[in-house]
Amino acid sequence: MKTELMSANYAAARAVMSARVEVVPAYPITPATTIPEQIALLNETGQWPGQFIRVESEHSAMFACIGASSTGARTFTATSSNGLLLMDEGLHWATAARLPIVLANINRSISPSWNIHVTHDDSMSKATSGWIQFYVSSVDEFYHTIIQAFKLAEDERVLMPVMVNADGFVLSHTLSTYDYLEPEEVDKFLPPYKPPHWVMDPENPVSHGNIVFPEHYQEFRYAMHEGTHNAMKVYEEVEREYKKLFGKYFGGPIDCYKCDDAEVVFTSQGSVAAEAKDAIDELREEGYKVGNARMRMIRPFPVDRIRELGSRVKGFASLDRSVSYGYGGPVANDIRATMYNTKHRPIIKSYIGGLGGRDMTVPDIKEVILDTVKAVETGETGPEETWHDLR
Amino acid sequence: MVNEVNIDPKSRADMPTTSYSKPVIGATGKTGSWRTFTPKIDYDECSRCRTCWLHCPEAVITLDEDGTPHIDLDYCKGCGCCAEVCPKKCIAMIRVGFDEEESA
Repeated sequence: MKTELMSANYAAARAVMSARVEVVPAYPITPATTIPEQIALLNETGQWPGQFIRVESEHSAMFACIGASSTGARTFTATSSNGLLLMDEGLHWATAARLPIVLANINRSISPSWNIHVTHDDSMSKATSGWIQFYVSSVDEFYHTIIQAFKLAEDERVLMPVMVNADGFVLSHTLSTYDYLEPEEVDKFLPPYKPPHWVMDPENPVSHGNIVFPEHYQEFRYAMHEGTHNAMKVYEEVEREYKKLFGKYFGGPIDCYKCDDAEVVFTSQGSVAAEAKDAIDELREEGYKVGNARMRMIRPFPVDRIRELGSRVKGFASLDRSVSYGYGGPVANDIRATMYNTKHRPIIKSYIGGLGGRDMTVPDIKEVILDTVKAVETGETGPEETWHDLR
Repeated sequence: MVNEVNIDPKSRADMPTTSYSKPVIGATGKTGSWRTFTPKIDYDECSRCRTCWLHCPEAVITLDEDGTPHIDLDYCKGCGCCAEVCPKKCIAMIRVGFDEEESA
């Protein structure tokens, strides 16, 4: 392991090297572009021996991933925003074909209006597709989560693709230190992928994706649901092993900070979730019992962890950098649904903010948390959702 | 087991993770039953040019050594491509039930 200084995108390209990825079909789109650009460079300079496929669109990129992964090759791609949306048909195909593809999505606002900065609408719109979803807060976490994602996706109990999300520019283009692992080191953790279920093999041919009548279609969907669901417990094992081998641990599906005695907990995804630790420290100094729950995994949804937190706290201040248009913040909605089947009734406030890359600074986060503190004190739940800093 | 096929699963446990099949003849039954029109070759006119054999999308036309085409009516869906491409126009498409020889 050696410490290097790089942007999250450059580090992601190194994760491809470390994990011995065999095929990368990719199409450039800001702010993900420098990932395939770096991979192509590492390929050309002989540092990464895999196959880089230049495709004509993101739709083709995902279908080339599907073809490659079907033959048993370890496969990776990267995209953003409208690119992810153009992949849509392939994203759903990959889940139903049970292919352990890993995709780095650099969160970017959807057009129009044209905006290349962070909003989580792109990936949140895929929350019902079956893709396992992580949100990261640092360059180091991005790099290591991509490596972990292959282990998780390729597990026989899972066999579902994984999307690792990182905020556009705030992470993708910002330099920070991360700990690089040589492929020889990662070998101990990640053996070569051997499809345990089905494979495209001319020596043992099968025809995939055939017609399935109503007698059996539902069972295939149940199996997909089971696969994504299993990812929660399998990821615990993956993290435990990773920590043992490399000393790296990022906090499980929800990374809690000062939550033990907290009365109000702030939840969010991505870079804001790291910024929030400073807000918590300041509020603690001011005498508030508050904590930070950084949502790393939103699919499968960490139901048990939320229920455990929800049994102790008086309020959640849940910030989404995304909107489920017509019905609130997507993660806040899930937290509310998760708590309904328990006897605990913390106030769960939904906040929407930081869209289109608008800064969510420490004072912004404090304002959001204090609004929930006030709701807890007065018992007034207030509006269904609150748009922070709406002009 | 990789690429194992169970064509009659009794429960979820017997099913693979995703749908696939082995390439065997007639995995989904005799698809010739889908036919509305049946091709009929006039062998007196046929020049053994093999154009029908080349174009058949179901690959159900086989050739004798001299190039005489034979259509496997168990799997021919009656699309009519052979009749359309035949340069001699000697393949007729006959509505099912209208040919005495076929029904005999």
